[in-house]
Amino acid sequence: MARPLAPALLLKLHRTMKRIRMVEERVAERYPEGRMRCPVHLCTGQEAVSAGVGAALRPGDLVVSTHRSHGHYLAKGGDLPRLIAEMYGKATGCSSGRGGSMHVVDEAAGFVGSNAILGGTIPVGTGLALALQLRGERLVSCVFLGDGATEEGVFYESLSFAALRRLPVLYVCENNLYSVMSPLSVRQPPGRVLHRVAHCLGLRARGADGNDPVAVYRAARRAVAAIRRGGGPVFLEFATYRWREHCGHQLDCGPGMRDDEEFRRWRERDPVALTEAALLDSGIVGRADLEATETAIAAEIDEAFRFAEESPFPEPAEAFAAVFAGEGRPAP
Amino acid sequence: MSRVLTFAAAVNEALAVAMDRDPGVITFGLGVGDARNIFGTTAGLQERFGAARVFDMPAAENAMTGVAVGAALRGLRPVMVHQRMDFFLLALDQLVNSAAKWHYMFGGRRGVPLTIRLILGRGWGQGPTHSQALHAWLAHVPGLKVAMPATARDAKGLLLAAIFDDNPVVFIEHRWLHQAAGEVPEGDYRVPLGTAQVVREGGDLTVAALSYMVPEALRAAEVLERQGCRVDLVDVRSVAPFDWTTILSSVRRTGRLLALDIAPATLSVAGEIVARAAMEAFGALRCAPRRIALPDIPTPTSPALTGGLYPGAAEIVGVAGEMLGRSFDTIGLDAAGVPHDVPGDWFKGPF
Repeated sequence: MARPLAPALLLKLHRTMKRIRMVEERVAERYPEGRMRCPVHLCTGQEAVSAGVGAALRPGDLVVSTHRSHGHYLAKGGDLPRLIAEMYGKATGCSSGRGGSMHVVDEAAGFVGSNAILGGTIPVGTGLALALQLRGERLVSCVFLGDGATEEGVFYESLSFAALRRLPVLYVCENNLYSVMSPLSVRQPPGRVLHRVAHCLGLRARGADGNDPVAVYRAARRAVAAIRRGGGPVFLEFATYRWREHCGHQLDCGPGMRDDEEFRRWRERDPVALTEAALLDSGIVGRADLEATETAIAAEIDEAFRFAEESPFPEPAEAFAAVFAGEGRPAP
Repeated sequence: MSRVLTFAAAVNEALAVAMDRDPGVITFGLGVGDARNIFGTTAGLQERFGAARVFDMPAAENAMTGVAVGAALRGLRPVMVHQRMDFFLLALDQLVNSAAKWHYMFGGRRGVPLTIRLILGRGWGQGPTHSQALHAWLAHVPGLKVAMPATARDAKGLLLAAIFDDNPVVFIEHRWLHQAAGEVPEGDYRVPLGTAQVVREGGDLTVAALSYMVPEALRAAEVLERQGCRVDLVDVRSVAPFDWTTILSSVRRTGRLLALDIAPATLSVAGEIVARAAMEAFGALRCAPRRIALPDIPTPTSPALTGGLYPGAAEIVGVAGEMLGRSFDTIGLDAAGVPHDVPGDWFKGPF
């Protein structure tokens, strides 16, 4: 039996997950209003990976991510109001209204950027690690990717180079079984284990339960410590499941889509609900404490949406500004 | 002080000056550090600056371009090199979707100071996959700068400008120019990206040339001048950003434009130059603008098939004559004794 996590840490993991869940579900609720006019890829159901990895990283460590990045961004300390404002296309958005949900950034939090090209940030995060190594910075670069990205050539190329140069990079693969609506069974041969592929490329690699924030945290903490000691890159694969459709606010289960029964089984393993049950069972918190947390997060999200709605749009002329560095930039 | 250096030596010197000046400059590519040193352009760098900053790389063009983007985002100034532009096509994803977009799509917060050297092949059977000139593709992508030097002096000055620019710059070296020698200043100097240069003044005809077409145009201009036709020769030097002011003011002076390119004609940079002149200097034109470029076919390999493929000084003289309503002699333009598929005796292949 694994040693239980310190109560404060478990509470932190829970709060991070709960906040991500409530942000994503609020986006889903408000999306049909048509004011967040960009594609959104919600991570409801996958919050444990963001929370566990985020808790294992230091503020100065770097993160790059994918189209489904809200959880990674928030768990790394990314600014919530500016994330929402970015989805609203406002000048106060974290990318000044140029990136939308798929291209978010918060360098102050170490969130270097997300990119909606499948596998697109795998080499970029690897290059960040090269710079960290060459500059002698004792920091870790963390690359989030999905199972679909492991089919891209750039995945093999990047991991191979990271192994060659023993780069300080942590690859975190969220295996949610689907690339858009295509299951692994039509994309990869039966029996393939993704973290074994990474192992064959020369990385230390392991898999863990991606719906258990404690398991994620422990795996990530161990990996980050080893990387920081100069041990070279690590690949972690977390099994998890996305609840909503690939892109958008709706569900995609039912005839011709994902199997209802599969979704039901994964919902029984809801990382937020399981963690709340563990907190209650162990007597760390009572129901009133959980409700207070929920109320506080809801107020923060209300405020973030109000900020986004009340913020100005960028001036139309700003579309033409700052194509190149050194040309000035749009409003801060 | 300046001395006479080859284009390849000027590139080498630019890299050394940049690496000496800024410890964040690194350079890598397949063949960097091997015995041939990318046609001599990276010779001595690994010995001088160490294997951490100068290194060979896996045959993973796309990932290594993304690695360069990431390194650039964390304070380095990577200079990547590919021995053929054709090999770099695998990396268009990272160039177009990461490097070119990063500054803009994250609200102008951080540039990507990345230089990518691409070498353009020609002749000796380089053929369909070793001689493509795709600068128009790259210049078409907002967020990229594209330089195409024609002289040793500009090679060094433009490469230094590229390395110290805070944006991704593609730097295109024509293989046939590597041995071209010219005066090159010592030390650090920059030729601003996006500036063309009038390399020969004349009032009868504007010739806009880039890369290897510049020496061809110079030879043509000398022959034309002996016959009373004075060429205003503009070396484009950068195709993105493009120096429209210099080209269009020349066209307004001469009233005639001949644009030269080293790529297939349709949708080429030469085509864009002709279009701009027609749109913005129409009133000054005394005859229809013309262009000389390659036919719209892949490059074949056999010397029997490439003989008429690459237009040069003789074709320039011929078209100039048509534009001026005269017939010019091309005496002196026959490359006596040099086969058509090599730039001169120095090039014996294979690459």
